[in-house]
Order: sequence, then structure tokens, then C-alpha cells
Amino acid sequence: MNANESLPRSDVRFNAGRTLFLVFAGLLVIFLTLPLIALALRALPLGLDAWMSQTTLAALQLSLATATISTLVALAIGTPVAYLLARKEFVGKKLVDTLIDLPMVLPPAVAGIALLMAYGRRGLLGPTLSGLGIELPFTTAAVIFAETFVAAPFYVRSAKAGFGAVDRKLEQMSALLGVSDLKTFFRITVPLAAPSLVSGLLMTWARALGEFGATIMFAGNFPGRTQTMPLAIYSGLESNLDSALALALILVVVSFGILFAVRAVSPKGLTLA
Amino acid sequence: MDLNRVNEMRRLFFILAFALTTACATPTPRVDLSNTPPTSNPRGALTVYAAASLTGAFTELGAAFERAHPGTRVEFNFAGSQELVTQLAQGAHADVFASADLKNMDALQKQALVADTPQVFARNKLVVITPQDNPAGIHALQDLAKPGIKLVVANQSVPVGNYTLQVLAKLAADANYGAGFQDAVLQNVVSQENNVKQVASKISLGEGDAGVVYSTDAQTAADRVRILDVPDAFNVLALYPLATVKGAGNPSLAHEWIAFVLSPPSQAVLNKYGFLPPG
Repeated sequence: MNANESLPRSDVRFNAGRTLFLVFAGLLVIFLTLPLIALALRALPLGLDAWMSQTTLAALQLSLATATISTLVALAIGTPVAYLLARKEFVGKKLVDTLIDLPMVLPPAVAGIALLMAYGRRGLLGPTLSGLGIELPFTTAAVIFAETFVAAPFYVRSAKAGFGAVDRKLEQMSALLGVSDLKTFFRITVPLAAPSLVSGLLMTWARALGEFGATIMFAGNFPGRTQTMPLAIYSGLESNLDSALALALILVVVSFGILFAVRAVSPKGLTLA
Repeated sequence: MDLNRVNEMRRLFFILAFALTTACATPTPRVDLSNTPPTSNPRGALTVYAAASLTGAFTELGAAFERAHPGTRVEFNFAGSQELVTQLAQGAHADVFASADLKNMDALQKQALVADTPQVFARNKLVVITPQDNPAGIHALQDLAKPGIKLVVANQSVPVGNYTLQVLAKLAADANYGAGFQDAVLQNVVSQENNVKQVASKISLGEGDAGVVYSTDAQTAADRVRILDVPDAFNVLALYPLATVKGAGNPSLAHEWIAFVLSPPSQAVLNKYGFLPPG
């Protein structure tokens, strides 16, 4: 069969199809970027007042601190879980795996109300915590709780994939040479999984930075204490639009930078959460 | 490979790509679009932007209006008045705006977005609420200054938050409370919520020790909160004006709605929800 004969006709059809394809691809890109461009056009000409206002700076500072602490918490308590899920078989593994992914798909309002039911004053652990002199709602700690709850799964997922992709032979060789398990973990496993761990941490940090719903429900809204950038944007929409615009643009730029960085460090073939 | 098959696969590929791109381009809204009014305003549909504190009363009035005017549909957007003004100023379409204070109606008038003279249709006053079990033992307004209590108020850009500050200032001017009263109370604020319903819910849930809300919100949550009255001498009477929005898609229906809200049966409904008559 001679395929060349029919090539020109098929080329014409291919070109028409390709044009349509590109038009749709272009529409999506425009649809996604136009609001961001519009935001930048409004925010960029703003004076120093908007960028350096008390509200802006307090929210920025609080957001950076809480997102960083939440990410460190995710690192500490997420790494063992990710390792177990990647390497060990145990009863209920699928269940644990699903539960850990759950906060990623839950509406933040659900996370907020669930956190209240667990750690609120009237919550499941409320009386116990009260007994210890701890009241979480309306504190910065509550912000960290909310952020960790919604963001930690991003790290666990990525770390799990990273640990799963490490060549076990290298670890076995290390063990054969008499190197302790812990040393092997930190010298062999972690460096090999590092790209996944780092991209997971970056995603977690970005998600924590953007957390809104769970925070406003569980932690309330007080400047300098629980008013993170997204909350300040929401409040500012009414009272201080300039500050809200400035904060919104900062969030867009930071988030873009993080996603870009994730692509740079991501191992090939590994997809992110 | 069979050329027909190649073409068929190519076709399939484009169909898939088309489906995918359209699926992606169909806005999967990231933001809550429930505040966005319908772009077209068909005959018989009325869009009312109303203060959050009107939620219960206006919902009931809306149903009554629809019954009295078959074929009409009343759509509400309830939010903090200041939020509604922002939305309207940014080009949202509405027929009627009902504010929880004159300040936000003025703000809308300054934007030249009010079509007729605003009319006051109800009044409201402030009360202090505590959870049913009153964990911080708040029995008098003086107790709001007790160090360490968790007080939830509305942000001062929200009408009720602004009124709260006015009440505190009036109390501080009274010898029984003292000049330091206002600062002492403000020290206890743990959250500045974006609308009055959020203040009420934080107290209903028992997370805060006390909150300042409208008497109407306290009425709604009466089974979960205790109400502490603020004496009239210190209270602020919140005036609720409503007006037709400039560029209303349905101005005649808007006028009918305003007349309907001012009518005695509607006033009785508002009264049931704890509102005071316009005076």
C-alpha cells in the first residue's frame, strides 16, 4: 500500500485540525492568564503605601512564618509516613493512603469546621487541651494547624513517589557494606529522593501560603496574629483595596515562582500531586 | 498501517483534544461565583443586594413577593453591606440595594450608582451575646473589660463593627465604665470577622466568650446564645435604607419591591425577625 498518494489530502485536514487545536489551546492560556495580567495592571502602579502598609507587612510576615513552620511540621511528621507507604506493606495501607490524600480534595470550609470539631473549645479534644491550658482557636498556632492539615498531603504524596523510585539495590549494597539503616537512609535514600522531597516541600509551602477557608473558620481574623495574606486580601477588598491588590500580586508572583521551581527540581517521569 | 485506520485515529485524536480543551476552558470556578448576578436580567427577575443581617427576613419576604407577583423571581445576594458596595462599584448588576447603614448607601450614592432617594425601612440595635453556658461569666457590659476574655467583633469596615466601636465610645464616656473601658475591651478582641453572621457563629459554636451583633442575629441564634442588652442610652440605632440601583435591569419591579418592603405586612415580618420599625 502506498501511503504517499493520499498524503496531501490528509495534510490539509491535519492543518485545519491543527489550527483548531491551537486556537483552543490559546483560548485556555488566555483564559488563565488574563485575570492575572489584569491584577498586575491594577496593582503595579500602586504607590509605596499599598506595598508597605501596616496590614500588608503584618500579613506577609505572618504568612511567611506560618507557611514555613507548617512545611517543617509536614517534613517531620510526613517523611516517616511517606517512607512507610512507599516501602512497607501493612494492613489498612490503602486506607491510610486515601486518608492522607483526603484534605487535598476537601473544601477548605470542611477542613475548617472539622478542625473546630476536633480542637475547638467544644471540640473532641477541646476539654483535654483546656485542661492543659491550651486554647487553639484565635491563635497563630491554629493557623499552623489549618495550614498543615490542608498542605501536608502534598509533601507526603511527593515524598512517597520519591522514596518509591529509589533503586533498592543501592540501599542493599550499602547494607551489605555494613552501613547502618539510618545512615543508609540519610546517605543513600534521601539524596536519591531529594528532588521529590524538595518539590513536595515547595508545593506544601505554596499551598500553606494560600490557605484561606480553614484558617478563617478555625483561627479567626486578627491582624498580626491570625490574619494571613489571603485573609488580609479578603478583608482588604472592603476596607483597603490597594493593600489587597498588592498582597494578591505578591501571592501570584510567589506561587508562580514556586511552581516554576518545582518543575526545575522535579525528577523526570515523576508527576506531582 | 492501514491508512483509513490512521485517519480514523487522527480524527479520534482531534475529537479527544477538542473535548479536553473545551473541558478545560469551561470555567471551573476557583472563586465563589455565587455572588455574581446573572448577566442577563430577564423580565420578571429581580436581583436584590442586601446586608447579611437581612438574610432571614428578606428570604421570607422574597417568597411572599413571588407569591404576590406570579412569574417573578427574586434573587438575593446577602453579604456585608461594604462588600456589596464594592461589588456594585466593580460593575455587578443589581436592581435594589438594601444596606445595614447609611454610610454604605452614601458610599454607593457617591459612586452615582443610586437611582432614587434611599428610604429607611427598618432599624436594628446592638446586643452582646455569649455562648449558652457563658464560660467567661459575662453578666454585665462591664465584664467585657475583664482581662483575657475572648471577644469576637466585626471588622470596623463592616457596619456592625463600626457601630460596636461607637457603642464602646459611648460607654467609655460614662462614669460607670470609665475612660479606660474602651481600650480594655479592645484588648480582648481575638477576631475581627467580615460579617455579622460570622461573629454570631463563632459565639454559637462556643469558640468566643462574647460577641457584639445585631439584636436580629441574636434572635436567630436564640437557642444557642444568651443575650445581654445594651441600654438605649449607649446603643446605636442602625438605620436600614434601600434604594433602586442605577442601571437596574428591572426598575419597575425594583420600585414594587421597595413599596412591598415598606408595606405593613412586610413590616410585621421584619418585626418578627427582631427589627424595629423605621420610626
